[in-house]
Amino acid sequence: MDATIIGAAAINGLLLGGIYTLVASGLTLIYGVLHIINFAHGSLLMLAMFGVYYLLTLLGIDPYLSIFIMVPAMFALGYLLYKGLIGRLSSGKDENILLVTLGLSILIENLALMFFKGDSRTILVSYSDTMVEVGPAFVPLPKLISFGVAMALCAALGLFMQRTDIGRAIRAVAKERVGARLVGIDVDQIFAISYGIGLATLGAAACLMMPIFYVSPTVGHVFVLVAFTVVVLGGMGSFLGAVVGGLIIGLTESFGGLFLGESMGQIGISLIFILILLFRPSGLFGSKT
Amino acid sequence: MTTTHPLSRRLILQAGAASAVLGAPGLLLAQPAPVKVGLVHPVSGFLAYNGGQARMGAQMAIDEVNAAGGIKSMGGAKLEALLGDSQSRPEVGVSEVERMQQDGVSAYLGCFASGIALPATQAAAKYNTPFLIDVGASDLIVNRGLKNVFRLKPGFGKCVDDAVVALGEINKGGGGAAKTAVLVHEESEFGSGTAKLLAAKLPGINIQPLETIKHANPTRDFSNIALRIKGIKPDLVIMSNYQNEYVLLARTLMQQKVDVAAMFSVLGGGFNYKLIKEQPDVAQYMMDFNHWFNPKSAKAMALKKQVEAKGGLFTFEIYLSYNCIMLYADALQRAGTNDKQKVIDALASSTWSPDVMPYGPTKFVNGQNEGARGALLQASKTDIDVVWPNDFASAKPIFPRPKMS
Repeated sequence: MDATIIGAAAINGLLLGGIYTLVASGLTLIYGVLHIINFAHGSLLMLAMFGVYYLLTLLGIDPYLSIFIMVPAMFALGYLLYKGLIGRLSSGKDENILLVTLGLSILIENLALMFFKGDSRTILVSYSDTMVEVGPAFVPLPKLISFGVAMALCAALGLFMQRTDIGRAIRAVAKERVGARLVGIDVDQIFAISYGIGLATLGAAACLMMPIFYVSPTVGHVFVLVAFTVVVLGGMGSFLGAVVGGLIIGLTESFGGLFLGESMGQIGISLIFILILLFRPSGLFGSKT
Repeated sequence: MTTTHPLSRRLILQAGAASAVLGAPGLLLAQPAPVKVGLVHPVSGFLAYNGGQARMGAQMAIDEVNAAGGIKSMGGAKLEALLGDSQSRPEVGVSEVERMQQDGVSAYLGCFASGIALPATQAAAKYNTPFLIDVGASDLIVNRGLKNVFRLKPGFGKCVDDAVVALGEINKGGGGAAKTAVLVHEESEFGSGTAKLLAAKLPGINIQPLETIKHANPTRDFSNIALRIKGIKPDLVIMSNYQNEYVLLARTLMQQKVDVAAMFSVLGGGFNYKLIKEQPDVAQYMMDFNHWFNPKSAKAMALKKQVEAKGGLFTFEIYLSYNCIMLYADALQRAGTNDKQKVIDALASSTWSPDVMPYGPTKFVNGQNEGARGALLQASKTDIDVVWPNDFASAKPIFPRPKMS
């Protein structure tokens, strides 16, 4: 196995990791604040991808331009879903929120199956197969863009959390819910905003993934399990964790596939996961509480 | 309790008389009970497209049989489809079989995937219910000694044998450009079985399989497999996998400019009109050994028009399952009953000729139709041509393909 192949595998792994980071960033935010795993994450990603698909095929809007439509739309969807459904049905109890999101995911997936039918669809845009030379690797342009935007998004979200008032409020609620309420923060509003932001990242992820991948009612399953792994690996609630975790998983999958074969290579992800949890149970950057 | 209620006994007698009176007109009209056919297909999950197509083909055939007056020898009994979704999972396929057994099916049609067909046919065997295999390629399906299983189309053994002959001829015609190959396959029964057979047969036509690469369903990214193949530099990449992975792999190989004499697939899951429609640049020059309709059959062309008029694509799942229903209808007609054993006997002795396919009369040996065969196909940016065997060919093969780099 010569150096160029290993180098190319590393680059492919990093780019793949960028996609995982994108899907995981919303999940980690929702967990960090609401302290629940959003089981509807996969099906909502699928919904967003269908949105991008139809924006292109029905209205001719390029997937990268539709970010400006999808991100606000998904934010609004998340906000309304929380205010109208999840928040109401769960009466504030964490276990209930979990079950509601699970129910939501089943509902969304089967509605999609009913309306969109089972087949998978791909899109073709003028730059779908444009290749860029990155060191020893030939990389499709959409993957490169996806990586760049994913990193930028995580950086932007991190800054948002640190520097803005809402970001501070979100961090306050994440750390100490009762205390936040006591200092006058509208906790329910923060929950709804956080859920909205979590879904907004899925909107961006969908726009970046459509030129590379395919969409079908079950496409969410393909990515969401890896996203969960990234979130736990990186530390729940940490954006830096989502980035580093995503890249580690991407590299592991890439090298695992290269050395152990694509079928066995999947084991690499689970092995790393177990190792990190054994030695650092809160994840790489998670808080120790 | 020793007290009886004369009223309730009277009520029962009255009710009985009433229903006899009410039922009598029904008895007089005597519409024969419909024959229930259980369709077990993966209409959700990763095989959803293929399952949906297979179901459509079966329903088209059932509608056609019913429109023509049903099964004449059974007093015009109509066929009734019971729809089942195996969700692309074997255990759900089995539970659908059991559920339909409760609903009184006379036969099953399914399951698209070999991995689902294997346990599903076994479940049906408990009740001796005839099971018509629409697409499943594995030869294990028909050589377990189950008397209720009938497969009209060729299994992967026959397909690999014919594919290798076709490849050998085309390679000779192309000046022997191909000497080595890398096999890529999906990890379940279909892919593994096909790849194993290929690896054994290729040396017979002077093509060395350098490596066999297995991948999971689903696989998110084929960059590393493409890298490995690039490092090995084979003359051919031969793939056996399902819809999504087939397309992703082909696309990745093209993007990575992996130069080969051909991207050849045996029973390629994604080689169809959908690929040409959605990814014409990827589809161009790809070759697939697969099931194909007889391009000289008027009936086949009429079916194709019918499907395309509804905005659908005429993929092999449609006509393979269409044929299974027609085969079953023919067996019902000859047996004159939907009694399971009698139908099994009628199927076993069937000589029905599927005009839509390039098969000839049916001849079942241990449940496998010996008359069945596939064809070698090649895609252009707009269409799919048969390039082998010559008696059905509509175009000459382009081999080796032009370089990508």
